[in-house]
Amino acid sequence: MLIERKWKKWLYFYLPMAAFIVFTLFPFYWMAVTAFRPDAELYATWRQPNAAPLWTLHPTFEHVIGLMKTTAFPTWMWNTMAIAIVSTAISLVCGMFAGYALARLKFRGSEFLGTAIFITYLVPQTLLFIPLADIVRDLRLGNTPWALMLTYPTFLIPFCTWLLMGYFKTIPKELEECARIDGATRFGAMVRIIFPVAIPGILSAGIFAFTLSWNEFIYALVFMASADTKTVPVGVVSELIRGDIFFWGQLMAGALLGSVPVALVYSFFVEYYVTGLTGSVKG
Amino acid sequence: MGGGRAAQDLHLSARSSTEGARVSRLTRLLESEKALAAALLAPGVAILVVFIAYPFVMALWYSLTSIRVGDAGHFVGLDNFAKAVDDTIFQQAFKNTVFYTFWATIFKLSLGMWLALLLNRHFRFKRVVRASMLLPFIIPTVLSAFAWRWMFDPTFSVMNWMLYHGGMITDRLPFLSSGDWAMWCAVLVNTWRGMPFFAITLLAGLQTISPDLHEAAALDGAGAWHRFWHVTWPLLLPVTLVVVVFSVIQTFSDFQLIYVLTGGGPANSTHLIATYAYQIGVASGLLGEGAALSLFMFPVLFAVVWVQLRYLKRMEAA
Repeated sequence: MLIERKWKKWLYFYLPMAAFIVFTLFPFYWMAVTAFRPDAELYATWRQPNAAPLWTLHPTFEHVIGLMKTTAFPTWMWNTMAIAIVSTAISLVCGMFAGYALARLKFRGSEFLGTAIFITYLVPQTLLFIPLADIVRDLRLGNTPWALMLTYPTFLIPFCTWLLMGYFKTIPKELEECARIDGATRFGAMVRIIFPVAIPGILSAGIFAFTLSWNEFIYALVFMASADTKTVPVGVVSELIRGDIFFWGQLMAGALLGSVPVALVYSFFVEYYVTGLTGSVKG
Repeated sequence: MGGGRAAQDLHLSARSSTEGARVSRLTRLLESEKALAAALLAPGVAILVVFIAYPFVMALWYSLTSIRVGDAGHFVGLDNFAKAVDDTIFQQAFKNTVFYTFWATIFKLSLGMWLALLLNRHFRFKRVVRASMLLPFIIPTVLSAFAWRWMFDPTFSVMNWMLYHGGMITDRLPFLSSGDWAMWCAVLVNTWRGMPFFAITLLAGLQTISPDLHEAAALDGAGAWHRFWHVTWPLLLPVTLVVVVFSVIQTFSDFQLIYVLTGGGPANSTHLIATYAYQIGVASGLLGEGAALSLFMFPVLFAVVWVQLRYLKRMEAA
C-alpha cells in the first residue's frame, strides 16, 4: 500500500533531496573553488563570458601561501585550537560534577539550581558582552587566551550539565550501590563506576562543546585586540580586509582552512555529535 | 649524613600521617550528600556567577549610567532607554530583529521539517547525506557567512552570473546593496545555517514514531498529507516547540551573521539589536547606551524562556 510509483519517487524524493544537497553544500564548494582560483579568473565580472565559470582551469596555491606568509593565520589556528580544547575540558569537568550532583544527590535547592543552570544556558552572549569586557579587563585577562578559556564555559557548562545529567539518570543506581557495598566512597564510585559508563555521553557533550567554542565570535572579537592573540573567525574578519579591499582568494582560503579542524573532528564523531545536538534540546 | 637522612624520613612520615588524617577527614565529609553536592557544584556555579550573573547585574547598572570608555559616568536613570526608544536607527534595528527572527524561524521550521521527512526514508548513502547536511551548522558562521558575502558580491556574484547566463535576468540583482534585498538575504543565510539543526532534531523525533501508526492510518485510507497532519505533526509537537524556542533565542540575539554579511548596512537598514548595541557600545565606546540597547533583548528572551520552563513543568507533571 505504501509502495510508490517511480515517477512519484523522483518528484517527491530525489528532486527535493537533490535541491537540499545543492543548497546546503554549494557555498562550501564555492569557498573551495575560490580559494584555489587565480585572481585573474576570480575577478571576472558577472556579465563576462567565462571559460570555466564553476570550475578553475589554473588551480593555484598563491592564496594559501599568501595567507600563511603575510598573516598570522597559523597562530590563529593554534589559538583557536588551544582555547577550544581548554574551554571544553573545563566545561566537561564542571558539567560532569554538576550533572552528577543534580542527577544523583539529594540536597536542598537542587531543583532551583537545575532550573537556574538551565536559564543561564539560554542567556545569549550578545546580552552581556559589554560589562563582561570590563570584567575581563579588571581581572587582567584582556588580550590573553584565558579571557576566552574562562568565558566560553559560561555557555558550555550549562549545556554539558544538562546533557550529562540526563545521561547519568539513565544509568541504573544499582551499579553505584554495588560499588559502595564493596567499600568505595561516593566520590570514588562516581569517578570509577559512573564516569566510565557515561563515556559516550561525555564524548557527545565534548564534541558539541568543541564545535561551539570553535564557532564563537563576539567574545573573541571584543576581548582580543592584537593580531597574535586572535582566533580564526576574528582574525579572518579583521586582518584579511585591508581598508575597504577584500582579498577574496585569501579570505576563502582562510575560511576553508579554518573550517577543516572542526569538520574533521565532526566527521570522526558524527553519531556522538548528533546525540549531543538532539540531547541538547531535550532538557 | 645518615642522621640527616633519618631525620628527613621522620619528617616525611610525620607529614604523610597528618596528610592521611586530612584526607580521611575529607573523605568522611564527602560521604555526606550535601557536602559532596556542594563540592561538585562549586566550580561550575562559580564560573557562572562570575561570568554570567555578575555581568548581568553590571549590565543593569551600566544601562542606568552615562559610563563610556575612560569615563565612569554618573547615574542617569532611564535616559539611555528613552534615548533608544526615540532613536530611529534603533527602531529600525528592533523591527529588523523581529522580522529576521520571524521569517527565518518559519523557513527553518518548514524546510527543516521537509528535510527531516526526506531523511527519514531509506536510501543509499543515507549516512553520508545526513552527515553532510549538518555542515552549515558545524562550520563557524563567520567563515561561511563570508562565502555567502562573496556569492552576493555586487560585481563578481556567481549567482548573478548563473542567472544572467541562464537567461533568467537581464540586470544584476542588488543582493546586499539594497536594504530590502539585504534583509531577505540575511534571512536566507540564517535559514541555510539553522535548517540542519531543525532537520536533525526533528528527524530524531520522527524516528521515535512507530511505523505501525502510519500503516494503520494508511489502511484507514489516509493520504500522505493527512498522515503527516494527523499522526506525525501532533506527535512531533513537543520536540518542535523546544527546537523553535532554542532557535528563536539564537536568531533574536544573532550578531555574527549580520556583522559579516552587511555590517548593518546599507545605510543601517539591516542592523539587529545586537549589531547596533555593538556599534554603540564597543565601536563608539558608549558603554551605558550599548548596555541599555542589548537589554532590549531581555524581555523577549525572558518570555520565550518562561514559555519553555512552563512547558517543561507540564511535561514533568504529565
